[in-house]
Parts: sequence; structure tokens; C-alpha cells
Amino acid sequence: MAKQYETVIGLEVHVELATKTKIFCGCSTAFGGEPNTHTCPVCTGMPGSLPVLNKQVLEYAVAVGLATNCNITRYCKFDRKNYFYPDNPQNYQISQLYLPICRDGKVEIETEAGKKFVGIHEIHMEEDAGKLIHDEWEDCSLVDYNRSGVPLIEIVSEPDMRSADEVIAYLEKLRMTIQYLGASDCKLQEGSMRADVNLSIREVGAKEFGTRTEMKNLNSFKAIARAIEGETERQIDLIESGEKVIQETRRWDDNKGESYAMRSKEDAQDYRYFPDPDLVPISLTEEYLEEIRKRQPEFREAKMLRYKEEFDLPEYDIDIITASKHMADLFEATVALGGQPKKVSNWLMVETLRLLKENGLDAEDICFSPENLSKLIRMTDAKEINSSVAKEVFEAMFKENVDPEAYVEEKGLKTVNDEGALRKTVEQVIAENPQSVEDYRNGKEKAIGFLVGQTMKVMKGKADPGMVNKLLKELL
Amino acid sequence: MANIISDETIEYVGILAKLELSEEEKEQAKKDMGSMLDYIDKLGELDTTGVEPMSHVFPVKNVFREDVVTNGDMREDILKNAPGEKDGMFVVPRTFE
Amino acid sequence: MDLLQMTAVSLGAAIKRKEVTVKEAAEAVLAQIEKKESDYHCYVTVDREGALKQAEEVQKKIDAGELTGPLAGVPVAIKDNMCTKDLLTTCSSKILCNFVPTFSAQAVENLQQAGAVILGKTNMDEFAMGSTTETSAYGVTKNPWNTEHVPGGSSGGSAAAVAAGECFYALGSDTGGSIRQPASFCGVVGLKPTYGTVSRYGLIAYGSSLDQIGPLCKDVTDCATIMEVIASHDSKDSTSMKREDTDFTSALVEDVKGMRIGIPRDYFGEGLDPEVKEAVLAAAETLKEKGAIVEEFDLSLVEYAIPTYYTIAAAEASSNLERFDGIKYGYRTPEYEGLHNMYKKSRSEGFGPEVKRRIMLGSFVLSSGYYDAYYLKALRVKALIKKAFDDAFTKYDVILGPVAPTTAPKLGNSLSDPIKMYLGDIYTISINLAGLPGLSIPCGTDSQGLPIGMQLIGDCFQEKNLIRAAYTYEKARGAFGRKEEQ
Repeated sequence: MAKQYETVIGLEVHVELATKTKIFCGCSTAFGGEPNTHTCPVCTGMPGSLPVLNKQVLEYAVAVGLATNCNITRYCKFDRKNYFYPDNPQNYQISQLYLPICRDGKVEIETEAGKKFVGIHEIHMEEDAGKLIHDEWEDCSLVDYNRSGVPLIEIVSEPDMRSADEVIAYLEKLRMTIQYLGASDCKLQEGSMRADVNLSIREVGAKEFGTRTEMKNLNSFKAIARAIEGETERQIDLIESGEKVIQETRRWDDNKGESYAMRSKEDAQDYRYFPDPDLVPISLTEEYLEEIRKRQPEFREAKMLRYKEEFDLPEYDIDIITASKHMADLFEATVALGGQPKKVSNWLMVETLRLLKENGLDAEDICFSPENLSKLIRMTDAKEINSSVAKEVFEAMFKENVDPEAYVEEKGLKTVNDEGALRKTVEQVIAENPQSVEDYRNGKEKAIGFLVGQTMKVMKGKADPGMVNKLLKELL
Repeated sequence: MANIISDETIEYVGILAKLELSEEEKEQAKKDMGSMLDYIDKLGELDTTGVEPMSHVFPVKNVFREDVVTNGDMREDILKNAPGEKDGMFVVPRTFE
Repeated sequence: MDLLQMTAVSLGAAIKRKEVTVKEAAEAVLAQIEKKESDYHCYVTVDREGALKQAEEVQKKIDAGELTGPLAGVPVAIKDNMCTKDLLTTCSSKILCNFVPTFSAQAVENLQQAGAVILGKTNMDEFAMGSTTETSAYGVTKNPWNTEHVPGGSSGGSAAAVAAGECFYALGSDTGGSIRQPASFCGVVGLKPTYGTVSRYGLIAYGSSLDQIGPLCKDVTDCATIMEVIASHDSKDSTSMKREDTDFTSALVEDVKGMRIGIPRDYFGEGLDPEVKEAVLAAAETLKEKGAIVEEFDLSLVEYAIPTYYTIAAAEASSNLERFDGIKYGYRTPEYEGLHNMYKKSRSEGFGPEVKRRIMLGSFVLSSGYYDAYYLKALRVKALIKKAFDDAFTKYDVILGPVAPTTAPKLGNSLSDPIKMYLGDIYTISINLAGLPGLSIPCGTDSQGLPIGMQLIGDCFQEKNLIRAAYTYEKARGAFGRKEEQ
């Protein structure tokens, strides 16, 4: 009988924090920028330079820890992790091994199989490395230290996951939580969230863990799922053929659908961690933690329940709106200004999402204000503009957060509601389009659409189609 | 000498520290390290149970900076001493992922 | 009085009174450098042009009333492990043979803001690892008192330059005695302040938890004056202390009545040269005559300080020196095959044997399996050593002892037996471990005519006690100088 195996998975997730400056120096963390233009002696390891901790990094780390039910370490330090590599300017990374900022947390995840908790072993702060680019023309590599020193938190889970689904659910939960805190935008593709998968297999029912491997270079949820599957198979194959799984780091190649070992003989993997003498310990008071606790936002689950009660929106809507804190905030603020919840929700779910998708943006990138959205809604409600004009105004608002009232005024887009003037135009259109009139009178309902269209053309779109329709029917 | 340092140890430490020693230097290094460790072993004479390792000599803690950008474009300075530079980046021997 | 024999403070005053111009002072000392460098080799880099240019600018500012401090216009030498903007900084190592910093150390900036004229960078043991300045990659420095002897280390170049009149004062750094011991060997005054008093920003790190910058100078008045300028809180250095009590010159008072001075018996046992012992005890007697209460006591743990120090310093150094890899600055080996080969060759060719020795030891004591037994153990003993001093300072205001077991050894005698060389640090090292201030002041010469220094150790932040005791002693002792050949 074939043996039954279970996959045991733990994750090490690195998250780039959304601070303005790096963890140990005042260089900007802004994305882009010509190589080495966001650098200074500290983040490039110049002799004589010294690190000083960015307090916002600590705040974010503690906030994430509280949100994931961790114990916050009241007294913690930074340690040096020593290894030689060109993207590491000091050839040591400042991290935390012995006294990480958070420990022993858990997050609840939900998959088709149901709900469960995934334990968090620890969370610690550390600095990111620079970027290595391989020169295409010459046999060399090039180093850009813009990313060196960008603050990271590393979230190490317990080996509590058993399937790719659970892994994805865990990552989504982390991402949602961290985004809600504003601590990071957590984009896997952009590298602001990176996941390394630790995987081992064992026979179902076994108490001991098998030897685990670590997999890196997983840049999408699909890649993660495929890597988990691939590695499980590879390990089962090894065991079944009587061989042992070697503890090693493997690089996943998503194009090829396979992984290969990364270990080089030149790297002893002995990091010689010791407390960094250039940094002083952190000692947190209860007051400080209370402050951070107070500032924790309402997280998604709670928000979803409240929206159901308060706004009575369909679950589908709630789901979409609360997927991003920014969108949720926008929603609530617009409603507070008088927008009817369902209407606001429609604008967000339909037009906003459409434009986000078209432009390859995320909900975090929405730039229009609740004031402007509520104005737009008011204007459409009052029939000051018709729906196609509203769409046009919205696009402008989406792009540049224009004030819809000013925009409509400037471009003269107000719906002409003067029935008299409209009637005249309708009469004119009727006169100019005898064939369509004939068609309509002969029963072709669609012909009226054409006439409406023509009227709208003459009116330069500034008429209420409903009224045009009514008038046409009246006159015909 | 109680601490006999093996060739493997010297090689291992050489990998950690990225130092390459000649045969002669290796022999001397084994001797030196051995006698230094013998000397350091003296610390074993002291009973340090219950004593916390003191990494920082004064109880200074919580030194922070504000999350405000204070540095501009220092690329020229940063590259000034580079042994190899191209397109605003440091040139290094080819690395393999 | 010969210009070169003036102290920094008296020169500063003379400049203020317009008896001497800054240019005259700079030119006089540059002429001395030219005359004496081939004998002593105190400097790695002499910046003649830069110094004269600074002299001009400083003079202008003095004349305009913009620079009014006591050191304005006084030429200074800086140890070559402190970054000086646009001026070659080598740490006396081949691996930084071409390194020109783009910023200056905070202590250097403080001096410049006070109107100092920087003459150049002084020779040292490579990366401050050594006690004789013989591990320098740029040649040895000779003791101006007797050129067959070492000046001490690692701030040997700075101490010798002061003794030879090749500068009016100098900055040094002290991790295990590197200011105090060369001060003692060269017959000048040296002070290592309480850890965190002077910013370490721009000091190229050796043992980060132990390093401090301090003055080497001609007398205690200079010492206190220089300390007032270089001591400051620096937000760029997380280990920098905020102190309100850096008005060190207020301690230049001749009064030790009632001061409790403790003399550790453990410092006066075997291994201490009898002439050194005699001179130091005589100095203690002088202070007693001035009203101090002098008493012997047992400090304990003295013999454990050296292994503790070397474990911790080597461990930190092995990490601090990892950044020298031929990629961002400094020496890169001309031929290599691949990345790791480049690292190994650059570092092996760029570092000298003592540095390599300590890097290897440091890497070893931090390595997997040994961290607890060596590194953590050393940190525990460090805590015990600190406690021993804390206890001592409940009974005493100042601890008095020798700086080194001998006077300056002959050149070439020390490097062959590293452990013996390390043992020479026995009196100075624990002070770095405990973060305490320590001052070295000349108190005699031996039968060879080589200077002997007395060390005064204070509780943390109590430099003023040291200055007061040293100043009182100095006044009682009278002049101490080397007969300069004309």
C-alpha cells in the first residue's frame, strides 16, 4: 500500500516597511531613482559610519506584532549577521536573532477546509541589501545600494501549514493586516513582500519532522503554489528511492518549473551573530505599547461585520470595498459627507476598479478625495450632469483628483435641463432625420435610440437622455 | 598547549573571514591561535553563573532618529573611492544567484 | 620661548594677543616636521599645502572676531584612523592605501570649528591593533626620546609627534590603552575619556564597544582644553552620551585635599619594572603630600582582563573589518578569479599579519559552537570587571597605578611573541572594558632616560577628578621635557 505523506510548511516572509527613510540613515526609500542616488556613508558601509535607528520602523514592527497577537519583547537588541556578498556593504547585515521584537503570535486563516491558526514564531527588524545587476556586455556584476538599508521586518511562521492553499491564505491574511496598518504595501511582484518557503514531508501520523529545505525566488502566488507542489514531489521521490533529503537552500525557477540547490562551497553559512555594539538596546514601556495599541485600525473582519449592520450593503460589495483600507476609508468618508452607501459603493466597485485595472494600479493608488466623490454623486443625483458626462468627469477625477464642480463649470458640461431649448433641438433632429422617424413610426423601436443619439450629439452630450427619450416619444 | 588547532579549523576560519594564508602562515596561525585560546581558556577559572553577558557598558537605550529624509544625492561622493565603477554602480566580479 | 615648545593653550593665547600669527605657527611646525620626520617618522601624510591654506583662513576668522576659542589657530595632528575630508586616511594599512574620505570625523569637525589647523595624519599600528606602532604598513615610528625604542601604540605617531614638536597636540584613539601607553612611552599627557564622551562617527572602528578618541598633548591644561572641544553629543552615533559636565577646564585646580586615591596591589606585583614602580609610587607620595588620602587595596580580576579584552576586541574587529573587501573603496587585488577569490586575495594582501591574526581569532570565537564558551563568557567576565571597579569607586575617587609594566621597549623586540606583547596592556585594558576614563601623565624617567607614565583612573564621567589630580601633581612635579637637540 502506498505511503501517505503530509507536507509541512513554514514561511519566512520579508516585508519592506513603508517608512520615508531607511532603517539606519536618513536616505530616502523612494522607489526608482538612478542607481546609488539614495545612498550615504552609512548604507554603503563607508569606514567610520555608524547606524541610528529610525523610530518609525520600531512602531511599525510593534504594530504588526500586536495585530498578529504576538508578545512584544520589552527589551530587545540588534545583532550582526556576518557574511560576505557584494549587495551587503558592510558584509554584515544588522538584524535581530537573540531578542527579536515580537514572538509567539498567531493569525487565523480560512481555506475551503475551514479555519485554523498559523503560529508566528517571531518577527524581527532588519535591513535590506542592495541590488546586484548582471552586466550583459562584460563579465562582471554591478551593485546599486539604493535598496541597502531599506527597513524590513521578517515574519517567521511556525511549520503549521499543510498545503499551498493554506500558504496562500496565510500570505493574504498577512498582507491584508499589514496593508491595513499602512506598514507596507506588500506587493509580491514588486518585492515589498517576499516569501521563502520551508518545506519538509513526513508520513501521515509521524510525530517527527522531516528534513526541510528552503526555497527562494518565489515572486507570485502561482509560483509559490507550483514550488510547493514541485518540492513535495521531489522530496517524496527522494524518500521513496531510499535517499535522504539534504537540508539546503534551493532556488525556484518558475519558467522551468523546478528548483536547484544554491549552496556554494565558498559559503560556510556560519553567520557568527553577536549583539551590534554600535546600536543600543530598545526598552519598551507599557505606555508605549498602549499608544501603539490605540492606534491600531479596525481590521477587515470587524469592518465587514460593521458594514453589514451599518450600511446594509450586499456581501459582495463589502468584500470588494474592504479589500483595501484606503478604499474602505474613502467609502466611509464619502458616506459621511452624505453619499448614499449603495451609490458610493457602485462608483467604487464599477468605475474605480475598472480604471485601476486598466492602469495597472492598486486600490492604494486611488488619489481622488471623498469630498470630490461625494460632489460627483450629488451632481448626478440632482441631474446636473447625465451619466455619460459623470463618467467623463470621474475619469478626470481619477487621474488628477479634479473638483467635479469646477471641472463641469470649466468645460461647460452641465446638462441642459431647459425643456424648451431641448424641445427645439428634438424637433430639429426629427426634421433632419425623416428615415429614422419613419422607421420608428413603423414599429422599429431601436430607431429612437438613433434619434436620441443624434440629439445628444447636437447637445454635445449635455442633455439628460431620459428626458430626450420622453420628448421624442411625445413628439412622434 | 592544550588547544590544538587543526588545518581544517584554519581553513574554515579562512572561509569565514575571507583570508587566504600561505602554508607558512597557516602553520604560524595554528600556533598563534592555539596559544591565544590557551590564554583565553583562563576565563574558565571564573565562576560566572548568574552573570548576564554585558554587551553595552552603560544602560543607554532607545536612541532613535525621526523618519525624515535628510540625505540627498550623494552618488559622486559614494563612488569617489570605488576601485571599479560603471553607470553609477560599483563593478564587482560576476556573482551568481 | 621657542615657539615649538609652547603648549597648545599658550600658543592659542599668543595668537590671540597677536604675538604670533597662525601662519608663523604653522610654518614653524611644518619646518620641524621636515627636519625631524626622517628621524622619527611620525606621519603617514603631511598636508603642507592644506595646513597653510587653513592657517590663512583661520587667521582671517580670528581677525574678524569669528574664532575666539583657546585653540584657534593651533596646529594639530590627527591619528590616521580618523576620517579627514579630502585627506588620505589609511589606518596605516595597505588596504586603505588610496582611501580619501568624503567626510570628516565629528571630533575633527569639532576641532576645525574651533579653528584648528590640521597638519596631517599620524602613523599608528595597523587598524589600531598593536602596542608599538610596528605593525604599520608604512614603516615604524621611532621614540623621540631614543630612536632605538618604540613610541608605543597604537597612537605612536601622535604621541611621538607631540614629543618631537612636530605638532602642538594630537588626537589619538584608545581601545586597550592606545592613547595612554604611547603617552607614557613618549613623556606626554594622554586621556581616554569615558566611553561615549567623544563621538565615534568617522573613527574607523576597531573594537566598537571599547574605542574612544582622546588628546595627546604637552600638559594637563591642554588636555582639559582639547577635551572641551572634542566632547559633544552626536546624534549620528547611537553610543554617544549626552553630558552636561564637559566644562573640563573648570577642574584645572590645584587641590587634592581629601581626595581618596586607591592603589591596587594587583598592579604592583610581578612583572612590573622596579624603576616604573618606584616612579609611580613616588608620584602617589607627591599627591599624598598635597593632601590626598592614599591607600592600597585589592582590585581583583586583573589577570582576566587581557583574555577578556582580546576575545571581545578581536570579535568586534573581525566584524568591523569585513567591509574592507575591495569593492567599494580601498585596495583591490589586481588579478583574481571570481568573487570569493577577489575577496580573499584583496584582504590577504591588504591586511598585515597582526590584523589577520586578530580577525581569525575574532571569527573563531564568534563561530558556531564557540560563541557561548568564548564570546559570551568574555562578556560575563566584562560585567564582573566593571563591578570590581564600581565597588572600588565607592571607596575611592581616583585609582592610581602604572600605565605599562615597562618603559618603551626596543624596536623589533615585541612582535615575535604576541602574548607577551598583549601582556603589556595589563594596566590599561580593563579601563576600556569598564568604559571608564583614564589619564596618563609623565612622572619620571628610567635609568635609560626613557619616560615613565602614571595612570589615573576615574569612575565613569569623572574626568574632572583625573584632571584635578593630574594638574595638582603636574604643578608639584614641575617641568618635564625632553632636551630637544637643536
